[in-house]
Amino acid sequence: MSVSADAGRHRIETLLATHEDQIFRRWLEIAGASSSGHVDRGNLNGQLRELYNALVRSFGDSGDPDGSSELRGLLAELSRNRARQGFTPTETATVVFGLKEAIYESVGDDGSSEALQGFLWFSRLVDDLGLFTMETYSATREKIILDQAEQLLELSTPVVKLWEGIVAVPLVGTLDSARTQVVMEKLLQTLVDTGSEHAVIDITGVPAVDTQVAQHLLKTVVAARLMGAECVISGIRPQIAHTIVTLGIEFGDIVTKATLADALAHALRESGVEIVRNRGSRVALRTVEE
Amino acid sequence: MDRVPVLKLGDILIVSIQIDLQDQSVLALQEDLANKVVETGARGVIIDITAVEIVDSFIGRMLATIAAISRMLDAETVVVGMRPAVAITLVELGLSLGGVRTALNLEKGVALLNHIDGSEIATAAR
Repeated sequence: MSVSADAGRHRIETLLATHEDQIFRRWLEIAGASSSGHVDRGNLNGQLRELYNALVRSFGDSGDPDGSSELRGLLAELSRNRARQGFTPTETATVVFGLKEAIYESVGDDGSSEALQGFLWFSRLVDDLGLFTMETYSATREKIILDQAEQLLELSTPVVKLWEGIVAVPLVGTLDSARTQVVMEKLLQTLVDTGSEHAVIDITGVPAVDTQVAQHLLKTVVAARLMGAECVISGIRPQIAHTIVTLGIEFGDIVTKATLADALAHALRESGVEIVRNRGSRVALRTVEE
Repeated sequence: MDRVPVLKLGDILIVSIQIDLQDQSVLALQEDLANKVVETGARGVIIDITAVEIVDSFIGRMLATIAAISRMLDAETVVVGMRPAVAITLVELGLSLGGVRTALNLEKGVALLNHIDGSEIATAAR
């Protein structure tokens, strides 16, 4: 049995060498058809040619791991690029599995039992390579997702100063625990750094408020209060107010306002700044001496 | 055992915690502070925890207890200089330090005490 397997293997290796043109053309056809419109022929041709040569080299001396590692390196690069360029998993996998179909035709022409035996062995090998490709593909995808999540965390939390002693955080997007933690820390640190006693958390850009989000907001407000600052929550849209009441969330004695402007006016009043409308349409501000 | 010094500034007592608090030091501090409030007739106590990086439920309870003792002796307690990480930890522990006033730093704490005092006088005069 093992003798026959070895013979089959040799047969395939011979086929790959002798029918190179035919097999390669067929492979290029299959791979090209699966990813048409995404990649130009010349580029694909070059990639597959390299892969083919590496594959043949890897047979040359099976005891030598370099041939196989070169092949795997090329495959990893191919699948990484494809993941970045937005190819589907099928398109990526078909490139590898197409080789099986390409060689099957040459095996059929050959017709010998060694060739069939060898095809079984070769098919297992291609399956291995295909799995390896998919693993690299999904690892790359996951890395992209992780990177994007990190970028999202970085860009989503500006703390802006509205007035002397008043800062605001305009929250945009869905709040989860990780993001709230970042927002919370950044806000509290800003309170310390600027010595601000008033903070406005604006949730105009938060699409939905559920119990968890409300819990996060409450925690932030209580933490700020512990440090000696007062928080106002603003930007509560009508449907969000409805949701909050329906869910039975208690905001207790935390001040909530409909718009950021209302919240700013409240904070100004609390910090002793009075807004006066003058005879013209100008608005004057003055600080009330305590 | 390290004792935390209690400083007097006008009619305000200032306690600045700069060391890792052991249970014994905390008990001693509560005792010292109570004595000092009675001795000086202070109307305000400021506890500065700017240097405190790690808190547990025990420290949280200590702050609440000191505030309660001071209030019994007619002095307001203000906790100042709490770090963000400490505040988050206390919230996660479920301690909201009800009944304790807080301020961002020592300066604002003194201003708060003066403000409370002033408004009380104003109420009395009305």
